[in-house]
Amino acid sequence: MKEHKYHIIAAAVFGTLLLFPQVINQSFYLHLMILVFLYALLGGAWNMIGGYAGQASLGHAVYFAIGAYTSTMMTLEFGINPWIGMLTGAVLAVLVSAALGYPCFRIKGHYFVIATIALGEIAFVLFTNWEWVGGAVGKHLPILSTNFIDFQFAGKMPYYYVALTLLTLQVAFTYFMEKSHFEYYFQAIRKDEDTARSLGINITRYKMFAMAFSALFMAFGGTFYAQYLLYIDPESVLPMMLSIQVCLIAILGGIGTVFGPVLGAFIMIPLAEFSRAWFGGSGSALDLVMYGLLIMVFAVMKPSGLMGFITGK
Amino acid sequence: MLEGVLLQTVASGLLWGCIYALIALGLTIIYGVMNIVNFAHGDFFMISMFLAYAFSLVLGLTPLASLPLVTACLFVVGVVSYKGLIKPVLNAPPLAQIFATFGLMIFLRGLAQFIFGADYRTISNVAASGRIDLGGIFVAIPQLIAAAGAVVMFVTVYLFITKTRTGWALMAVAENKQAAALMGIDGDKMFALAWGLGAACVGVAGSLLANFYYVFPEVGAVFGFLAFVTVALGGFGSISGAFFAGLIIGLTEALAGILIDPSLKYVVVFMIYLLVMLFRPRGLLGNA
Repeated sequence: MKEHKYHIIAAAVFGTLLLFPQVINQSFYLHLMILVFLYALLGGAWNMIGGYAGQASLGHAVYFAIGAYTSTMMTLEFGINPWIGMLTGAVLAVLVSAALGYPCFRIKGHYFVIATIALGEIAFVLFTNWEWVGGAVGKHLPILSTNFIDFQFAGKMPYYYVALTLLTLQVAFTYFMEKSHFEYYFQAIRKDEDTARSLGINITRYKMFAMAFSALFMAFGGTFYAQYLLYIDPESVLPMMLSIQVCLIAILGGIGTVFGPVLGAFIMIPLAEFSRAWFGGSGSALDLVMYGLLIMVFAVMKPSGLMGFITGK
Repeated sequence: MLEGVLLQTVASGLLWGCIYALIALGLTIIYGVMNIVNFAHGDFFMISMFLAYAFSLVLGLTPLASLPLVTACLFVVGVVSYKGLIKPVLNAPPLAQIFATFGLMIFLRGLAQFIFGADYRTISNVAASGRIDLGGIFVAIPQLIAAAGAVVMFVTVYLFITKTRTGWALMAVAENKQAAALMGIDGDKMFALAWGLGAACVGVAGSLLANFYYVFPEVGAVFGFLAFVTVALGGFGSISGAFFAGLIIGLTEALAGILIDPSLKYVVVFMIYLLVMLFRPRGLLGNA
């Protein structure tokens, strides 16, 4: 019965989001919603490995950047369609996640966290010094005809629907993952890894699955970002801050839940945008102060995040 | 000619290494006593540099004159962080502990940027300047003072932990909290002391560095990470390990800077962390 109630609420929210641009079409609000969807997608992607499998990664910008750079470079250098670039980027991100995950999953707890930070920073330095992808200057995408095939649109509304579609895909994927046998393995791993191993669960394999799912959706987000802004550089798609933000959104909303990251993004992104609007410039860092405070408060008082208030945990 | 450059680089690397060792010492004390990695450690370091900057601006003190003051402030910062943030999550899941100090890191970094802006600052009334000639190797005097000060602080803390009753109590709690409690040692007090001491180490390091290095909100990111690498290399919780690892990291960074490429020197340092973690998880110098 209770489950049924959530389905109705989720359907109602989804319906509202579908109609939203038809009612409110000021570009500021559409832009805000696009950011919310994008970060909900990224937070949800992080949640797969960080929340469900319990392996906090702080280098997730790497997969976002792989998505952004792959589609951009394929378009620029070979004239390949960005949608194909998006899929290629996702495949590449999954491969990289497997290559990095296999050795790194031997490391546990905070050692793992530091290892992911190291990987993120290494990637940042390498991309900054890699001339072919534009180095520190970055790359501009050419402005093509604005239509669906070219993944470029006039106005924000089409981007809104693309972002909503990607987010819906991610949420649905997480929902079915939670209903599948994966959830049992993930639960065993995040509760007690050693016991899980002694029960014969191939821990590394399931962590790698979670990492692959996570990398896949991070890469989708990366390509979307590149096509939306038509400009990428290491500072915007590979900073440590991005890795931090995606994890904060999941923590705030509630890790290991389907809708937690969505809730987190709906609270945090507008909060950050409005604080920037009120206090001027992104340099004031007031959003960081708030993020930091919120994370500390939630870590101490409510580790289950905002979802904890809804599910009563 | 090349030999000269190499010698110069080695000297500079070793001097930096002394500072890395002191920063890592603070991290390793906290880890050794209570198995928690303080992700905000680099930002404690940043606070100490900004305190030195503020004291110089407001009271006109040189960073070396304000060093005791800054160190005392940092001790308090450490204790307050423990009481307010760490103690409540001691029995929480490990992820909550990671997030707690992680939140502190973002908060402190954001706060510094909010108050001071993202600019790079330097302190105008420094305690020493110029350089001296040590048998053909030129060394900047402030850097020499910083390295010497770091070694003095390192030895002091080492002696405090290994030679005083309070230090033994600290080690006892690190070994086994329950058993220590049965011996009448207040574990909570020792945890607070570990945090105070850990933060005081970067208090000294920050003051010494503020004498010749830039002060900016992100300064903790690099130094904090170097401390993680140093501690991993020396073995988490090992004090003497932190010292030698500090020197190794300083040397590696300096040599990678001239032999490979200055912009890639941190890549080399980060790679060391990954390799050590994968092949010697207890640290290069830690006990197997």
